[in-house]
Amino acid sequence: MSGTVRKFEAGVKEYRSKYLDLNYTPKDTDVLCAFRVTPNEGVPIEEAGAAVAAESSTGTWTEVWSDMLTNLDRYNARCYHIEPIPGQPDQHMCYIAYPLDLFEEGSVVNMMSSIIGNVFGFKAVKALRLEDIRIPVAYVKTFQGPPHGITVERDRLNKYGRPLLGGTIKPKLGLSAKNYGRVIYECLRGGLDFTKDDENINSQPFMRWRERFLWVKEAIEQAQAETGEIKGHYVNVTAATTEDMLERAEFAKEIGLPIIMHDYLTAGFTAHQTLSKWCRKNGMLLHIHRAMHAVIDRQKNHGVHFRVLAKWLRLAGGDHLHVGTVVGKLEGDRTATMAVCDLLREDFIPADKSRGIYFDQEWASLAPVFPVASGGIHVWHMPELVQIFGDDVVLQFGGGTHGHPWGSQAGATANRVALEAVVQARNEGRDIVAEGKEILVAAARTCPELRAAMETWKDIKFDFQTVDTLDAVGSPR
Amino acid sequence: MKLETFSYLPPMTEDQVAKQVRYIVDEGLVPAVEFADNPAVKFWSMWGLPMAGVQDADAVLKELAACRAAHPKSYVKIVGYDPMRQCQVVSFVVQKPDQAV
Repeated sequence: MSGTVRKFEAGVKEYRSKYLDLNYTPKDTDVLCAFRVTPNEGVPIEEAGAAVAAESSTGTWTEVWSDMLTNLDRYNARCYHIEPIPGQPDQHMCYIAYPLDLFEEGSVVNMMSSIIGNVFGFKAVKALRLEDIRIPVAYVKTFQGPPHGITVERDRLNKYGRPLLGGTIKPKLGLSAKNYGRVIYECLRGGLDFTKDDENINSQPFMRWRERFLWVKEAIEQAQAETGEIKGHYVNVTAATTEDMLERAEFAKEIGLPIIMHDYLTAGFTAHQTLSKWCRKNGMLLHIHRAMHAVIDRQKNHGVHFRVLAKWLRLAGGDHLHVGTVVGKLEGDRTATMAVCDLLREDFIPADKSRGIYFDQEWASLAPVFPVASGGIHVWHMPELVQIFGDDVVLQFGGGTHGHPWGSQAGATANRVALEAVVQARNEGRDIVAEGKEILVAAARTCPELRAAMETWKDIKFDFQTVDTLDAVGSPR
Repeated sequence: MKLETFSYLPPMTEDQVAKQVRYIVDEGLVPAVEFADNPAVKFWSMWGLPMAGVQDADAVLKELAACRAAHPKSYVKIVGYDPMRQCQVVSFVVQKPDQAV
């Protein structure tokens, strides 16, 4: 042996000595993250950015002798760029590159445990938010992605050239299985394409899952026979264990239901990816609800932005994902929400900070996901919803269906007629938002159900400020 | 019985059909005319081949009229194929047997 022996120097070094490299050019295979960092008092931003890179990759607070047994340069994440955020003097955007070898192939859960693990409780930062993530194509290709995607679903359902219509069954809890099936039948018979279990319906004492699924089947079959259209109901298979989840999914398939539903955040990504792969293998469509997302994504300076949770879902797999409505009762900035829709539906999404997209994202033909707009919407919103979301979306009217003065069937018909009238007008080249009222009023002339719905909800609006807003755009890098 | 998109609206006038066809052409989609006696079948018969590259909505309407004349008691629909996305993106029925022109 010759050369100098590397001596182990015990102690604590500044993170920036190893994890900050402002001259680093990210590789095409690196996972890139944009973190909004609010350092704690007295911590320079360079040290905070480097600390995030260190703690989310190879670093520990102190030097360890066993570092000498490896070549950590291959595994270190690097903070490669830092920029101020206009109007937020205490915050900076820190860009961090992670070598691909840090992650297990096809595992969202591994990416999460690494990138958003301990580092979010780290004392060097007062608050930390993951704003965006670039998944390199080399990594994308290790994921199955959505079980089927938009095109396959449309072909199976025979529904083209318009948004799909859905509705959550209400009341959320407390109906017997047969009464529940009755409400589903009313909605589907009236003109909805889908109905949906509420997220908190699993298998409670008042309605066990198996009984519910059987009545769902009755409702769907009768509505299909009477309308000649293909119908579906998202049966929620979210359960206490993955075994229970798969048992419910298997039963749904066995009795011929076309689509099942899962809550990907509360259930967790391991269970979710298991189910997504099962759906591809078994030909079942998969609707995804996002309960708990606001716990993670709502605060502007801490947590994970929903665009990242949406990208992870596209990797893990789902055919529908709730994104908010922009116009209804739930939180959602319009520009940011539309950017999420692009991330779900397009194959290449260019970086555009004014939309909150910090990196180009290439999906390399990973199947697209239907965004689902749901929450506090009714017939008067239809022109704006079609204008905002286009055709490839599921519009869900829960209250806007069951709240109709003549019941769910009339509510469903009102929504369907409003939707078709607006799509027809759009195709004719009319300005559907400016002429929205006129279009709906004309359609209501031959549809008393629509007329009654318009009368019921003529004064309902949800005008509150959004909590999580986009920043003013900084200078381009 | 309903027949998917636009089937909840009153039957379209000739003028309304023409506007929808113009939309298909203007969007750069490939229009096609299809017919069937049983609307539940998955594959309707094609009235000729899909009209790739057609710029003129009237040419499509002429084919539609010819199909309707030849099959007055059939269901007839207009389809728009998107060759970029490699799938069907528009489809609506313009003739039902009980309302043939």
